[in-house]
Amino acid sequence: MIKRILSRSYLGVLLIMLYAPILIIIIFSFTESKVLGNWTGFSFKLYTSIFKSGVHHSLSNALWNTLIIGLISAFASMILGTMAAIGIYNLRPRARKTVQLLNTIPILNPDIITAISLFLLFISLGFSQGYTTVILAHITFCTPYVVLSVLPRLRRMNENLYEAALDLGATPFYALRKIMLPELKPGMISGFILAFTLSIDDFVVTLFTIGNQGLETLSTYIYADARKGGLTPELRPLSAIIFITVLVLLLFINQRSVKKKR
Amino acid sequence: MQKPEPIITIEHVSHSFGDKIVLDDINLVVRKGEFVTILGPSGCGKTTLLRLIAGFQKASEGKFTLGGTDVTETPPHHRPVNTVFQKYALFPHLNVYQNIAFGLNLKKLPSADIKRKVMHVLKMVTMTDYEERDVGSLSGGQQQRVAIARAIVNEPQVLLLDEPLAALDLKMRKDMQMEIRAMHKKLGITFVYVTHDQEEALTLSDTIVVMSEGKIQQIGTPTEIYNEPANAFVADFIGESNIMNGVMIKDSLVEFADHQFECVDKGFGQNEPVDVVLRPEDIYIFELSEAAQFTGTVTSCIFKGVHYEMMVITPEGYEFLIQDYHNFEVGRTVSLLVKPNDIHVMKKERLINTFEGVVIDKTQVRFLGHTFKLDEKISVANGSKVKVAVDFNKIILQDNEEDGMIRGDVRFILYKGDHYHLTVVTKDQEHIFVDTNDVWDDGDRIGITIPPESIQIINQ
Repeated sequence: MIKRILSRSYLGVLLIMLYAPILIIIIFSFTESKVLGNWTGFSFKLYTSIFKSGVHHSLSNALWNTLIIGLISAFASMILGTMAAIGIYNLRPRARKTVQLLNTIPILNPDIITAISLFLLFISLGFSQGYTTVILAHITFCTPYVVLSVLPRLRRMNENLYEAALDLGATPFYALRKIMLPELKPGMISGFILAFTLSIDDFVVTLFTIGNQGLETLSTYIYADARKGGLTPELRPLSAIIFITVLVLLLFINQRSVKKKR
Repeated sequence: MQKPEPIITIEHVSHSFGDKIVLDDINLVVRKGEFVTILGPSGCGKTTLLRLIAGFQKASEGKFTLGGTDVTETPPHHRPVNTVFQKYALFPHLNVYQNIAFGLNLKKLPSADIKRKVMHVLKMVTMTDYEERDVGSLSGGQQQRVAIARAIVNEPQVLLLDEPLAALDLKMRKDMQMEIRAMHKKLGITFVYVTHDQEEALTLSDTIVVMSEGKIQQIGTPTEIYNEPANAFVADFIGESNIMNGVMIKDSLVEFADHQFECVDKGFGQNEPVDVVLRPEDIYIFELSEAAQFTGTVTSCIFKGVHYEMMVITPEGYEFLIQDYHNFEVGRTVSLLVKPNDIHVMKKERLINTFEGVVIDKTQVRFLGHTFKLDEKISVANGSKVKVAVDFNKIILQDNEEDGMIRGDVRFILYKGDHYHLTVVTKDQEHIFVDTNDVWDDGDRIGITIPPESIQIINQ
C-alpha cells in the first residue's frame, strides 16, 4: 500500500517537474509584464504583437525562417533517408552492417563536432553562409534519423513484394511508387516529423552555419536576445503556441496509430 | 505421339553468390503445357533456378529462352511468366480485387474487361464474394488462392510456383494440391513448381527434376524417378528405400547382403561394384518356408495406418526396412524374398575418394589444404602434381573439430544396410566420402583424420 502511494507520488513529482515550467510560461503569456513572474492583469496583447510588423518584426521573421528551414530539410532528408534505407536493406549482410554503423555515427557524434566540420567544409568550398548552408547542414544531421525510422518497415515488409510487382509487369519505378512507398509511408512520416522537430530546436549546428548576413532562426534569435539582457516578453506566447501545436500533432499521430491497430 | 514444343530452355546455366556455387551447369527443357516440379532438399539451388527463370536475378553464366526468344537479359517485367511466392507476397494496402487487377491495370485494359477477368479467376479459385476484403483478414489458404489468382489472371505462358503450399497445414496442403492439379488441367499453361516435398512432387507432376548441391540429379516422370532412380541420392530422397553395396557377378545376377539374386539389369562389367536399391514395399516377408531367398529377425515393428513398417536384420548383419500389410512381431525369424524386377541396380558414382595433390617431399603430400605424412617414401619430384586416393572406410571422423587434421560438415547420410555412407564437405567445398559404423547427424561439424597408411599416391 505504502509502496503504491510512494510510486504514485514519485510519478506525480516527476510530471510536475517536467511540465511546471511550460505551464508557467503559458500562464504568463496572458499578461503584459516585461518580467516573467509579475502578473499585471490578463491580456492578449503579447499574442497580437508577435504577428504585428514593427518592433518585433525580427522575432516573427525568425519564426518563419525556422519553419521554412525545418520543412525543407525534413522533406529533403525524408527522401534521401528513404532512398538510403532501401539501398542499405538490399546490401549484402556484411556491407549492410558497415553502412548501418556509418549511419549511426553522425547520430552519436556530439553536435559541436558536426557543426565545426560543416562550418569548415562550407568555408573550404567557398560557400557563402546563409539559408542554403543551414538547410544543407540540417539535412545532413536529420537524414540518419529517417534511415533509422524507415529500415524497420523494410524489414517487416514481405521480401518478395517488390519482385511480385515486377513479376506482374510493373516497371521498377512503378513498383517503387505503388508498392514500396505505401508500405514505407508510416516510417517515412515518423522520420519526417522527427527530422522536423530536430531541425526546429537545433542551435549548435545552426549557429555555425548561419553566417553573418542577419539570418536568424528562433534558437539563434532567443540566444542573442538573452545575451542582450532579458528575454523579449513575446517569447512567452510564442512558446505557448509551439507547445500547443506540438501537443495537437502528437495527439493526432497517436489517434491515427490507435485506429490502425484496430 | 509427338512431343509438344519446348517453352523454356535452360542451357549451361551456372550461378554463384560470391565464392559459393549455387547452380552448376544446369540444362533443362520444359515443354508446353507440362507440369514440371523441381525437387530437392533446402539449399540445393531450386529456388534460385526459379528466380532466374522469373528474371529476379541474372545468372552468372548460361542462356535462357522462353517461348523461343532469348530472355537471358530481359528484366522480369517483360517476361511472359508470373510467379506465386511462398509467402504469398500480396500487396497489403490493396484489397483482393485490386491485388488481382494489378497486372491487368498495368496492361491498360478497359475496366469492364478487367472486372470480368477478375471475377472469372475469383470463381476459379472459389473466392467469389471476397473481392472487397482486406488481404490481411484472409487465412493462409485464402491468401494463397488470391496469390494464384493474381498470377493466372494475366494468362502467362508459364506459371512459376515457389513452394506455394509450404506454409499451410497438412490437410489444407492436400486440398490445395488437388486444386492446383485441376487448375493446370483446365488452364493448359505450363507450370514450373518448386518443392522439397517428394510426395507433393510425385502427386502433381508430369516431369520431376531432382536437384542436389546445385546439380540436376535426374529428370523423369514420377514413375521413372521412383522406380528407376539414377543414383543413391535420388533413391534415398524419393520415397523410402534400402540402398546396399553390391557386386554385379554377371548379366542378370547381382550379389548383395552376402546372397546372390537374379535381376533384370544387364550391361555392367563382370564383378563390377554397384549400388542396389530395394523399395521397402518390394521385399516380401512371410513365415519360414522353402520359398525364402534369405532370412532375418524382426527387430522393430510399427503400425503406420495402412501398413506395418518393420526392421529386419539378417544373420550376416544387414538391416532391411520392409513394409507389409501383415504384422510380424519383434524377435520372430522370417523368410524374405525379392523379385528380379524389383531389384534396381545403379552404377556406382565412385569407388574411392580421389583428390588433386602436390608432392611436398618424399614423405609428405599436400591435398585438401593440408599437408599429410605418408607411410612409404615416394619417388616423385617435389612439387609435381599427383592424384591421391583414399578408401571410404579408411577415413577417421572425430567429434571434436580440433582433433582432426581438417574440418568439415556432414552433409548427406546414406544408410547402406550395415554401415553409413557420409558425404563430408570441407570449408573449401571439397567433398570427402566416408564409410562408417558410427551414427552422425546431418550438419554435424567434425574433425577429419586421414592416417598415413591409407593414403595412396597415383602417379600421373
